Amino acid sequence: MVDKFDIVQVRKDFPILDQQVNGAPLVYFDNAATTQKPQVVIDALNQYYTQDNANIHRGLHTLAERATTGYELTRTKLKDFLNTPSTDQIIFTAGVTAGINLVAQTFGRANFSKGDVILVSNLEHHSNIVPWQMIAQETGAEVQVIPVDEVGVLDMEAYGQLLTSNRVKLVAVNHVSNAIGTINPIKQMIDMAHQVGAKVLIDGAQSVAHFDIDVQALDMDFFVFSAHKLFGPTGVGVLYGKREILESMPPYQGGGEMIKEVSFSGTTYNELPYKFEAGTPNIADVYAFGFALDYLKSLPADAVWEQEKSLLDYATEQLSQIDGLRIVGQAPEKIAVVSFVIDGVHPQDVGVLLDKFGVAIRTGHHCAQPLMARYDIVGTCRASFAFYNTKEEIDLFIKALKRCLMMLS
Amino acid sequence: MMSTINQTQDELVEEFGLFEDWADKYEYLIDLGKKLLPMSESFKTEENVIKGCQSKVWLHAEKQGDLLVFQADSEAIIVKGMISMLIRVLSNHTPEEIMKADLYFIDQIGMSQHLAQTRSNGLVSMVKQMKNYAVAFHAIA
Repeated sequence: MVDKFDIVQVRKDFPILDQQVNGAPLVYFDNAATTQKPQVVIDALNQYYTQDNANIHRGLHTLAERATTGYELTRTKLKDFLNTPSTDQIIFTAGVTAGINLVAQTFGRANFSKGDVILVSNLEHHSNIVPWQMIAQETGAEVQVIPVDEVGVLDMEAYGQLLTSNRVKLVAVNHVSNAIGTINPIKQMIDMAHQVGAKVLIDGAQSVAHFDIDVQALDMDFFVFSAHKLFGPTGVGVLYGKREILESMPPYQGGGEMIKEVSFSGTTYNELPYKFEAGTPNIADVYAFGFALDYLKSLPADAVWEQEKSLLDYATEQLSQIDGLRIVGQAPEKIAVVSFVIDGVHPQDVGVLLDKFGVAIRTGHHCAQPLMARYDIVGTCRASFAFYNTKEEIDLFIKALKRCLMMLS
Repeated sequence: MMSTINQTQDELVEEFGLFEDWADKYEYLIDLGKKLLPMSESFKTEENVIKGCQSKVWLHAEKQGDLLVFQADSEAIIVKGMISMLIRVLSNHTPEEIMKADLYFIDQIGMSQHLAQTRSNGLVSMVKQMKNYAVAFHAIA
């Protein structure tokens, strides 16, 4: 455990950051899309495949034992990371999208019927909209939307009204907006939903990398996130659920691993979490993800938050000085994400040219088209930061952005 | 006499060969985008839209005599620059010439990344659509 945040050392831990792109030093500001991986995660993947690879849970040989232990160790680390009551409420998925679809197709199918309402917010990523529309169409339930105001804050009064004037079965909202960075007041939202008997699914894709999550303190019914946005490998996601809800849910996909006994006259299903983990899982990446969790734990949490906050403030201040630039999403509570539009300039042109200067940002609608429609824009340019980013990188980004705008003017 | 498709491609390769660095190339491309002949608003219909993930392209084709003439536009200026070159190369040729055209200039001027980003800008679909028009007009000729 280091008590001081050493940015030089931290950057060395992420080997990908030290490279030239298009002849310029890489400035990676697309962390909301995916984060980079520390060396310990890369080493773990290598070690797993060079020494430990085997299929898990049933093999009796040594490698199977090692692989199983490694895979399950990550579940134990996650129990600590999320403060879940037990390890068997942690289900490995392929990512947030897979986790939401799992809940929609099992919890949703078993519980939604005609006249029921699923509440999502205007800030959602498509992955927290479309699975609900699909199950709504099948069950006769209806998706309704919590509105968002001009600066990007959810309208809590409207939320309260939506909750009391409808038969709401589930509220599905993101903890943090991927497109504009708003931190939603999820504790309050969960409490309000519970008062009318609705369950709540929190999409933590954009929050886990930035602050601690305690699923019990927040009284979450479901929490989903992806490992790749938390410095871990792609292809791994986590679904946490309250025990009684997970136990009451029918299985999702059928296959190996998820069964207790199979015969042609009938099949009984395995217990949690295996009931929802059909087939051979993503063993290597789950194993390596555990090392990302260890790495995060080794960093001083307060210093990480301070670093990100100072990056957000500095970037906001610098960008605000550019003529014709408008920041989209200025909620008082934000993570280190700045989304912006520039008069007369298409975001795509900015993205293409910034790349030539070695600067990686994201442009477009950020898979949040309803939010773009709300603000009547085609898309934004989004710079999203991680603790390994620096003010010097923001200076390079601003300088490059000014050159791009000169080229485009 | 009108240049052949390959003559125009070679001209573009030569023009881009004059630039030393990427910034000059892109300034030229942006300039081409700005100078792209405006597309008649009446052709900017839903039918003529090619949707990219980030920006839209509109493409209209019509036969003038034996030749196929294209008009196109985009919301993004760099894409417009690419459109300008594609129109310069392919427009005003017979459907058969367009069908057979091998668009090597894009790679040679170092702009192939704009056709690799398949989801973002609609250019790949636009080239495909230009060829489709050529096939269709060739069939009814």
